[in-house]
Amino acid sequence: MRNSFVGSPVERREDLRFVRGRGQYVDDLNPDGLLHAVILRSSFAHGRIRSIDASATVKLAGVHAVITARDMPGGPPRIPMRLQPLPEFMPFEQGVIADTKVRYVGEPIAVVVATSVAVGEDALDHIVVDIEPLPAVSDCETSAAGDRLLFEQQGANCAMTFTAECGDADAAFKAAAYVRREKFRTGRHFGLTLEPRGVMAEWDAATGRLTVSGAAKVPFFNRRVLAEQMGLPEDSIAMIENDVGGGFGARGEFYPEDFLIPFAARYTGRPVKWIEDRRENLMAMNHARQAQVEVEIACAHDGTILALRGHAHVDMGAYMRTNGAVAARNIAQFMAGPYRIPNIRVKSSLWMTNKTPVGTYRGPGRFETDFFRERLLDMVAKDLRLDRVELRRRNLIPASHMPYPLPAIAPFPASDEIDSGDYRATLDRCLEEFGWADKAKLAGKLIDGRFHGLAVGCFIEGGAAGPKETARLEINPDGSVAVFIGSSAVGQGVETVFAQIAADALEIPMDRISGVHHGSTAYVSDGYGAYHSRSVVMGGSALLDATKNLHNLIRTAAAKRFGCLPSEIKISEDGIVGPHGSSARFADFAGLTAEGAFLNKKHTYTFGAHAAHVTVDARIGRIEIIDYLAVTDCGRIINPMTVRGQVIGSLVQGLGGALLEDLKYDKDGQLLTGSLADYLLPSASDFPNLRAVVTEMFPSPINPLGAKGAGEGGIISAGGVVANAVANALGAFGVEPRELPLTPQRVWEMVEAGRLAT
Amino acid sequence: MPLSFEVNGKQVTVEVEPRMTLVDCLRHKLRLTGTHVGCEHGVCGACTILLDGEAVRACLILAVQAEGCKIVTIEGLSNDEALTPLQASFRRHHAVQCGFCTPGMITTAHALLSEEPDCDADRVREVLSGNICRCTGYISIVEAVLDARSAYRPPESQP
Repeated sequence: MRNSFVGSPVERREDLRFVRGRGQYVDDLNPDGLLHAVILRSSFAHGRIRSIDASATVKLAGVHAVITARDMPGGPPRIPMRLQPLPEFMPFEQGVIADTKVRYVGEPIAVVVATSVAVGEDALDHIVVDIEPLPAVSDCETSAAGDRLLFEQQGANCAMTFTAECGDADAAFKAAAYVRREKFRTGRHFGLTLEPRGVMAEWDAATGRLTVSGAAKVPFFNRRVLAEQMGLPEDSIAMIENDVGGGFGARGEFYPEDFLIPFAARYTGRPVKWIEDRRENLMAMNHARQAQVEVEIACAHDGTILALRGHAHVDMGAYMRTNGAVAARNIAQFMAGPYRIPNIRVKSSLWMTNKTPVGTYRGPGRFETDFFRERLLDMVAKDLRLDRVELRRRNLIPASHMPYPLPAIAPFPASDEIDSGDYRATLDRCLEEFGWADKAKLAGKLIDGRFHGLAVGCFIEGGAAGPKETARLEINPDGSVAVFIGSSAVGQGVETVFAQIAADALEIPMDRISGVHHGSTAYVSDGYGAYHSRSVVMGGSALLDATKNLHNLIRTAAAKRFGCLPSEIKISEDGIVGPHGSSARFADFAGLTAEGAFLNKKHTYTFGAHAAHVTVDARIGRIEIIDYLAVTDCGRIINPMTVRGQVIGSLVQGLGGALLEDLKYDKDGQLLTGSLADYLLPSASDFPNLRAVVTEMFPSPINPLGAKGAGEGGIISAGGVVANAVANALGAFGVEPRELPLTPQRVWEMVEAGRLAT
Repeated sequence: MPLSFEVNGKQVTVEVEPRMTLVDCLRHKLRLTGTHVGCEHGVCGACTILLDGEAVRACLILAVQAEGCKIVTIEGLSNDEALTPLQASFRRHHAVQCGFCTPGMITTAHALLSEEPDCDADRVREVLSGNICRCTGYISIVEAVLDARSAYRPPESQP
């Protein structure tokens, strides 16, 4: 049977429990004897800890333990970096609990373990913490000034400068006919998940086994870290993935609580659960995005881009967390995006500040660079009196140049190239579907009190990071097949898409895939998880390998049973057939299991174009999205329904970052946006007019599925395209947005500044 | 203190502290974990339940305030046999990704459609604007709710 589940809009299996409220998230777990942990967090952005006195607290009724750095022999362990683990970063890594200094509001100082969350929260007030406040570093400028150091022994607040380079940028600038230099900033926002983080740990003293629930994203890496920190063999720890209420890059990295809660469980000998509340979440989960750049572009008179040069400064927060360097690195390497720019030199410096540390958030570095670059391109078009679309079309990497090398990056060099695509094709498709030719006539027009603006931009989206993923298939007693996969689920529908892939590969109906078991460390020998839009490409390709191995095992076993050669065995949906009428059922081989793996050194590059039509009420700075279209080519599509869901979902997150979401701090490093009343998220009424077109014109040549990572494309263009549309609408006032988010106040101020200037 | 109310058609009596919120009571005392907690300050809507027929935030109500009330949670809007038309519509329109906001979305939409089975897209958006979804971008949720309207109309008005 030749199936075609791959490519079909199969309704999701996981929805059957989610729509009934039967998902099981970590806070739904309630084992006997459960205790609850709450965390005392620093209210100072920067300070020296003089003393912590919890002597009164431990005597309170219902309090089982108060844990501080002093309870950890040898001091609090540090959390190692998972990606770009350069030795230069090590001094900036975060310890699991504050020891001698606090460096951001929200840093853990003590853990109270109590019979209930309420009792624990009451007990927090009884801990006496004496902190000598130090002047805070609240932005990159203060960090660079260097008179306030977060890590005194380092002598400076700059953790690293990445440089991406190709050609000879300086020579190209010297010879160029046209040069423009600009400064841009992106705001601080983050991958807020609707389910706050949570960890539950159970310690079995008799067997020395630790079970940790609430794992997500990268459970195998986190198990290695935890084993090292706890002094346990890796195989005595099981990381259990429950249902996960959103990931977006932020959830599932190793955070302080991922050590503190297992430690508390071993310390008390009882199961311990910690569930983050929203205020904690806003100050404890990885922040992202805040960067500023001074960037220059050199062009010929016809708009051909000759060179790009710049220096970005990234506000890292107080520590280098597990994947903290990724966005800063990507800002250097992806400034050119989908455009052919022969000479590039972009630096990106990482500045430590007294804020919540940063990590990846969907489209790390790409959302930022697309805003910088696409803004710059519209300014170039205006200067050179070129059509904005034509300028882009002229400079997009031509299909004939694929695979196309990315600029070299240092340190931590990794050669990478764009795998495939025709960027002009998606741009043209976008313009056509959007009705650009007609709508562009509205540019700058004032209709019923609102100015209309249009913009279009192009993007690339890296995905499918290696090195490896593992999958396993097992034949059940009833002849159905169970799928086990190292990939993790963060809401993207892996139970459905892997069942589609497995059913097609095994050539059996989808209802004979009994289940897709994912994310927990018990299922496969080694797994890598879900990050960098890799699950489908890596896990799916591993699944194809496992299928091949399972078929080989079946052939060998059947050949033995039938007394023939393995090559004489035919496997079909109906069973296993040998020569001379011999046959068997799948159930006859129950228990047979085969692993498969997929290794990858290169990335896939999804690509596309976005177009937006906005209106702006110049009197109040209000922006409305009248129409927004995202066209994405993401290689082979497994499930068009879920891909579209990824595009629209990530687009709305991008619009949130472009217009609403803003983590604000004051000069003392105090977080001013500690609730969802202050930190604005997109709601159902904000962006009703969004469209997505997903195509599969260019399957990836570097994996057997032909798939590409597709979880991030929607978010990447949003900031640049919306800002360009606003500039287009408010051209009469000379408005040129250079900073995100475009809040009503910021838009109004630009309009007023424009009025005064004219 | 003792507290009695009706949940999903069953009369229950539980012992709660006066300061316990209704959502904590439902989740941790009655083990009805389909109702989720996303913010505890009434913004995200993940804890939405039906209290005497009205969609309310269970994180903003003390458990003791529910004395004598009739409560319906997502568990009460579900059965083992088949998805309800509203649930099936959510699945058909891919209005679910991580599933965390889903129970609150469905209870809110159920309350809306029960009162206003002819509501238009703007009305659906207005009512759902009190429920945060971080995954879907809302387009598919609004489509799912609109598509489920016919199941809430009285039989005679159906074609």
